[in-house]
Amino acid sequence: MDKVNRLEGPAGPRPKKAFSGRNIMLYGTLIMVSLYYLLPLYVMVVTSLKGMPEIRLGNIFSPPMEVTFKPWVKAWSEACTGLNCEGLSRGFWNSVRITVPSVIISIAIASVNGYALANWRFKGADIFFTILIFGAFIPYQVMLYPIVILLREIGLYGGLPGLVIVHSIFGMPILTLLFRNYFSSLPEELFKAARVDGARFWGIYFRIMLPMSLPIFVVAMILQVTGIWNDFLFGVVYTRPEYYPMTVQLNNIVNSVQGVKEYNVNMAATILTGLVPLVIYFVSGKLFVRGIAAGAVKG
Amino acid sequence: MKTHKNSVEIRGLDLRFGHVEVLKNLNLDVNDGEFLVLLGSSGCGKSTLLNCIAGLLEVTAGQIFIKEKNVTWAEPSDRGIGMVFQSYALYPQMTVEGNLSFGLKNQKLPKPEIAKRVARAAEILQIESLLKRKPGALSGGQRQRVAIGRALVRDVDVFLFDEPLSNLDAKLRADLRVELKQLHGRLKNTMIYVTHDQIEAMTLADRIAIMKDGLIEQLDTPNNIYNRPVNKYVAGFIGSPSMNFLEGTLEGNSFKFADHSINLDGYEFTRQNQSGGVSFGIRPEHVLTGDAVSDAVFSTAVQVQVIEPLGSDTLALAELAGAKFWIRLDGEASVAVGETLTVGLRPERASLFLHSDELRV
Repeated sequence: MDKVNRLEGPAGPRPKKAFSGRNIMLYGTLIMVSLYYLLPLYVMVVTSLKGMPEIRLGNIFSPPMEVTFKPWVKAWSEACTGLNCEGLSRGFWNSVRITVPSVIISIAIASVNGYALANWRFKGADIFFTILIFGAFIPYQVMLYPIVILLREIGLYGGLPGLVIVHSIFGMPILTLLFRNYFSSLPEELFKAARVDGARFWGIYFRIMLPMSLPIFVVAMILQVTGIWNDFLFGVVYTRPEYYPMTVQLNNIVNSVQGVKEYNVNMAATILTGLVPLVIYFVSGKLFVRGIAAGAVKG
Repeated sequence: MKTHKNSVEIRGLDLRFGHVEVLKNLNLDVNDGEFLVLLGSSGCGKSTLLNCIAGLLEVTAGQIFIKEKNVTWAEPSDRGIGMVFQSYALYPQMTVEGNLSFGLKNQKLPKPEIAKRVARAAEILQIESLLKRKPGALSGGQRQRVAIGRALVRDVDVFLFDEPLSNLDAKLRADLRVELKQLHGRLKNTMIYVTHDQIEAMTLADRIAIMKDGLIEQLDTPNNIYNRPVNKYVAGFIGSPSMNFLEGTLEGNSFKFADHSINLDGYEFTRQNQSGGVSFGIRPEHVLTGDAVSDAVFSTAVQVQVIEPLGSDTLALAELAGAKFWIRLDGEASVAVGETLTVGLRPERASLFLHSDELRV
């Protein structure tokens, strides 16, 4: 047999081409799509930093010649909605007072629901669960008016507590589903071991299940904070003007027909309103990944 | 061993999931201090039975007694049992010490008592150096030791093991098996152990219960299960490779198959005066070869088709009367495929099962 020179020919990892057709397609598409989403944001940020005379020149893509933060200040504390000229700040605090209790209440109840449905199979659990999930598919519009009547009858219509209750209830189907699936995915033997160890319903929930469930709580929190913060419909229907959440107030500022359209103030107000969900994504995104990684350690 | 006193007693236990009957009118007595192994293939109901004893599954009918106390409706924690699971089921967020003391804290025991019991269990299982660690930082064998410790600290009468060694690799499994046996020797607790591994069952058990389809087929000592299986299922289930069966008929005192006949003098009949179609079962290790054939009542020549050298011994597959026939040879034996081997059978080591009811004759 001929002697083969083993030093020639392919060795080690196969070289990769940086500009292969596949890479160009992949990154090209990604760049196009991110431009599509980032461009409007760019326009908003630049416009909000310009004065009105500069905006009237009409170059919406050009960066501001003279940077001014006046529109931001005006949007936050001076912009008028109707007779009220306190800016968005009031709506911001309303939204906080709506979002925080709604998120806490809905997650607290839904997690216990999910835990009971996953681990304590009671009689009729399946029917209860089916009905709950069915609730997720009923269009909101159908329930809008009946809830107005309900809230009026119990004397909570128009205030913040009524809206908090509505948000908590509407978050229930999807959150319960989320928690039930998560708790079902935890090893059943852990639950059995805790029962043999003498822990009961709440003992197992607080001492065993909760400490293992950080990731799903973060997911639920992201869902609820963004959902409730961005809500417009319930806010406008179930509260009086002095309790309007930020989104409703933003709409009233941007859509006011009196006077000159102050595009820079509108842009600043819009960014301010969207800031909370954005911050939540950035902050908890990290926590989320860490939570998942921590949960991945097998016990 | 204290006998004549039942530690666990099961009376007419039924368990149904919807229309599926998992356990059927099951009765079982476990002696005090006994190591009982529930053995069966998957889906036979052995784990379900263990969960019923633990109180983790509600029974459909029947009663369970532990230490003469009716615990059919009692909470798992009030039954006086400790349980060890296949997946260890350690609480991941607690340290080893936290895992061991969790049950005791739930019992609201005083702190010094908890510390004392944890220290004792840690000493017995040699996990003192691991007490401050989390389960994630332990190896599989260490985790299972902690899981056993969690049952140990509870100071209970009955230990329940649900396939505790199945997640470990072969070497570790053999080590822990020995440790478990030593532990039982020291503690003298009643232990009920579920497994599908025959070797675990044979080595650990005082008695083995072979289960199939929610029924106990045979409950006996490992020796009797192996040498005197009550029916064809048990005979074929225990032993690897499994028992060889020759199909034929029982006529008077001889077994006739193909054109051979074996005189059954020396066979211990369980039932007298039976006749008709029978299976003649003989384990591969009870087939005589070489010089020993001269002791046999019956001998014949077979052709070797496959050889499986295992080191300690060698398995040879042949065909006899149209059926597969395994022969266990000495590890040193030199056989080759295609070779003709003279094999001998002795009725003393055989098991005969009637075709009609598959029970031992």
